Amino acid sequence: MMNDRVTLILLALLAPVASFLLIAAVPPLRRAGRPAAFVSFAAVLTSLASALRNWQLSGEGSEPIRAAWDWLPAQGGPLATMGVLIDPQSTLMLILVTLVATLVQIYSLEYLHTEPPGALGRYYAYQSLFVFSMMGVVIAPNLLQLFICWELVGVCSFLLIGFWYRKPEAARAALKAFWTTKAGDVGLLIGIVLLYRLAGTFDLLQLKHSIESHTFETAGLGLITFCLYLGAMGKSAQFPLHVWLPDAMEGPTPVSALIHAATMVTAGVYLLVRTEFLFRETPEVLALVAWIGAITALMAATLACVQTDIKRVLAYSTVSQLGYMMTAIGAGFAGAGFLHLLTHGVFKALLFLGAGAVIHAVHSNEMKDMGGLFKRMPQVAIVFIIGTLSLAGVPLFAGFASKEEVLGAVLAGGFMGPFLMLLTAAFLTAFYMFRVVFVVFFGPAKPAHAHADPHAHADAHGTGGDPGLAMSGPLWVLALSALAIGGYFTLHHAEAEFTSPAWLTPAAVTVALSGIFLAWLTYQRQTISADSLASAFGPIRRAALAKFWIDDIFEAIYRSGLLALARIIGWVDRYIVDGVLNVISAWTLDGGDVLRRIQTGRVGDYIFALAAGLVFLMLWMGGGF
Amino acid sequence: MEFPILSLITWTPFIAALIIMAFARHRPLMVRLVGTIGSSITLVGSTWLYFAYDHAKAGYQFFEWFPLVPSLGIHYQLAVDGWGLVLVLLTAIILFAGSFASWTVKTRGQEFYALLLLLVTGVFGVFVSLDLFVLFLFYEIAVLPMYLLIAIWGSSGEVLPQGVFGWAFKRTGVGTKEYAAMKLTLYLLLGSAFILVGMLALYTAAGSTTFSLLDLQQVKYSPALQSWVFLFFYVGFGVLAGIFPLHTWSPDGHASAPTAVSMLHAGVLMKLGAYGVLRLGFGLTPEGALQWAWLVGSIACINIVYGAFSAMSQKDLKYVVAYSSVSHMGIVMLGMATLTEQGINGSVFQMVAHGIMTGLFFALVGLVYEKAHSREIFKMGGFATMMPGIATAFVVGGFSSLGLPGTAGFVAEFLAFLGAWQSAHSWWLFPGVTGAFLTAIYVLRVAKQIFFGPKSADPHFQDLPDAKGTEWVALVFLVCILILFGVFPMLMVKPIDTATVAILQHMGLGR
Repeated sequence: MMNDRVTLILLALLAPVASFLLIAAVPPLRRAGRPAAFVSFAAVLTSLASALRNWQLSGEGSEPIRAAWDWLPAQGGPLATMGVLIDPQSTLMLILVTLVATLVQIYSLEYLHTEPPGALGRYYAYQSLFVFSMMGVVIAPNLLQLFICWELVGVCSFLLIGFWYRKPEAARAALKAFWTTKAGDVGLLIGIVLLYRLAGTFDLLQLKHSIESHTFETAGLGLITFCLYLGAMGKSAQFPLHVWLPDAMEGPTPVSALIHAATMVTAGVYLLVRTEFLFRETPEVLALVAWIGAITALMAATLACVQTDIKRVLAYSTVSQLGYMMTAIGAGFAGAGFLHLLTHGVFKALLFLGAGAVIHAVHSNEMKDMGGLFKRMPQVAIVFIIGTLSLAGVPLFAGFASKEEVLGAVLAGGFMGPFLMLLTAAFLTAFYMFRVVFVVFFGPAKPAHAHADPHAHADAHGTGGDPGLAMSGPLWVLALSALAIGGYFTLHHAEAEFTSPAWLTPAAVTVALSGIFLAWLTYQRQTISADSLASAFGPIRRAALAKFWIDDIFEAIYRSGLLALARIIGWVDRYIVDGVLNVISAWTLDGGDVLRRIQTGRVGDYIFALAAGLVFLMLWMGGGF
Repeated sequence: MEFPILSLITWTPFIAALIIMAFARHRPLMVRLVGTIGSSITLVGSTWLYFAYDHAKAGYQFFEWFPLVPSLGIHYQLAVDGWGLVLVLLTAIILFAGSFASWTVKTRGQEFYALLLLLVTGVFGVFVSLDLFVLFLFYEIAVLPMYLLIAIWGSSGEVLPQGVFGWAFKRTGVGTKEYAAMKLTLYLLLGSAFILVGMLALYTAAGSTTFSLLDLQQVKYSPALQSWVFLFFYVGFGVLAGIFPLHTWSPDGHASAPTAVSMLHAGVLMKLGAYGVLRLGFGLTPEGALQWAWLVGSIACINIVYGAFSAMSQKDLKYVVAYSSVSHMGIVMLGMATLTEQGINGSVFQMVAHGIMTGLFFALVGLVYEKAHSREIFKMGGFATMMPGIATAFVVGGFSSLGLPGTAGFVAEFLAFLGAWQSAHSWWLFPGVTGAFLTAIYVLRVAKQIFFGPKSADPHFQDLPDAKGTEWVALVFLVCILILFGVFPMLMVKPIDTATVAILQHMGLGR
């Protein structure tokens, strides 16, 4: 049975790799487009089936299963191994990853139907590579493998954000995403290297065992967990490294749903969940995690309120929710953060795919071009509202239980400040999400957008109503999953590691509902004018429109710091370091010219020199006597 | 007697060069065929060597020996250990790719191929020689043809004189290919002088009876002698490895050299320098190495960061790649200076990884130049639409350069970083990882500028073709190897480790 599960996981991993290699290495398949998509479907469905079967085989409270193979040799045993670690966390996470990936791949076929076949083939090659790498992160039994797959998902993100690489914004956003996350990854790499010297292993189970049996000195551990957290900060878009995620929306919307909402961005949270036992030893770093998480949640929620691009609202909302997860972990309850990760993955993918359907029909990302779409596309509207209710934390929906769990955890951890920030963010979340719902689905209908977005091409459906089965199918699957999760938690209240005060649930519900009510007053009834609301929060609004100047600061560091320093060093190398050398060689050449003049060719000069030399020699020898 | 496989690998390029000069004059296709067949033979031979090497037994294998000048203790003595093994393989790989990359050389093709092959014989010779005298001869063979290759087939650029030393730039002719060739040759010959003095010092100190590396290794030299001889080896070989501040020949030289020469020079010849420091410096004067490791590692850190920043400031594509070599050779030198098993493994692996990566890069730059007739990064744009294959290979090479997992570059850098943190100077880790991050910035910035974004409006850059025919060979071959060694690093690390463990024991640092 144990071997069965390892085989299953290996099958789940290898199917997408095979698909990637096949599509990448066989140009005719790639250029054919749709056949490549079907190869990719087959692979990801295999992975999904394996992940589900693996879940089915997992018993209650069973021991983690680990299998590893040598990867890097060294004297006296391998330095590093590659393998799989199957435990409840990785089992659940695998299902989330493969489920969303499958749905997104199917959805993409219709969403990208106007792409040339070659581009479609490329898209599915990247998708397959992504599924493999993300599963690699999830099942990694050691930190080195986790880091390797972690970087690979970063590359897939880079490639997919830059999928429309002809668009300068997309190329720019891809680089920004790669560099920002890479800056965090430098921290993660340092952390792993430091940890190796301290503990002598990369293996998670061994590390956990060593920590529990106190076999190594935990003195330097604070720096190490901080470094690991830096990696998580970049990947999971924590303040101030969150700047890349909103720009990443330049990628195709299904990519945003898969990578920049449900799976890759949660890798940072997952890393912290996996290494929770290390962080537990360093409470000061955990407190930092909690505070940064809360700052991220509140800041991003504020920014989401002023966005006009529907995808950017969702992107900031993702940043905000990642902040929730991190705060829960920082408060010492990784379980709560992980739960929110899972539910968020489902409903945020739903929201993104729903937004994609809207964008597909309207040919614009801007909410000012949308309105009254409930009548035009009722199915999309219904699933989008289900997702919104989940995100807002309304009872009976998926996000409610997990968000309350997070709030309870933060309170139980004794973080009053972050708790209040999260509560404020919850209010804002309900507000900005229902702003989207009211403006897009219920407001006055807008005339068709004149100039089509370069990537949202005229669709074959003409009427721009509800999308076809390939797009609406995945939407419904996700919506029903969100409802099912919500129902499950309503019936079975999770066995919490902590007790929350009785007032927490009413408070959370009140906050959510009042956010919805404010949005209704402002954008539906228009009792409160949006302009007066905006002017009431004038300075905050202006700061939020400038993204709190964080992007500008990074831009300045890049241009006036790095590039300027590079120009100085480049100049010094050419004109000082190399200049000295050229001076030496110029002197040598000049010296040669001078010496050449001695050879005049006149006999008189030579006789004179000979005589002078003779006199000198005689004087010198005479001195010797 | 065993089959002399090492001699076969070493002398095949030389024989091919002779055949080209004697029989293939004015027959371009014949020249290329002979060159390619010669390089294929060495590739097959090196691959066979790799598989025939007995990992369990380790140490030097495939001995060949016959006396040359017995009275002075000079013998033709060849053998390889784990390091030599992988470096011979690297050389064969780069030569094979390079012989395809120079398919389009137009003028004096036969001389070009002959010199290139001659040079490679020198490189192979250094990696397999166990006799210092013979090693030195091969070293000079590897270095000298470079002057002609650059001065005749190279390309000139323009450098504006600036700064307080500007007056000297006009006098020396900075920017021309003749200048670059002369600078490179003089610098390397200066290095040779240091090496020769070091070798002779050890030879006389050991009683003037043998030049054999194995015999000289057994001699116990005085610490003072070891100290200065190590410095001589470090400076002498270090010039070729591009150590700061003796690196400025490398950007000019590599930028002026024709494609295949840049590939071989940055890909393999720079490794001769690092290999020399490791083999002679660490092997013969271990106490000197222990004494000066702080210097080697600290200068390596300067190389890494300084080289990366210099690369970032360049506007000429070839200069970017050349400066990135300066930066990456820093990782090689850093790895060995850590004096740890992981660090030295990383150092040698980085020689291989960087060799292949930079070979790929120079091949790509050559192709882009051939199609677009430009190396000005900021004039190009949106090339990916027209040349998707070249763009893909460039991005893969870039990923390896910035140390992305899944490519050979990652494992090499990671091992060097592990070693750095375990060494006596753990702060070396931080410049190291900073360099990797800076590489991500300059490599991807260049890739974005050239290949992504909207198509350049320049009329010269319309309808450029992608790579075709034989041009694919070098690209596909090198990309596959980069990924192969990245996914299965044990292919390289296993043989490397056997030699590393041996040298650490020899230095008294073994476990």
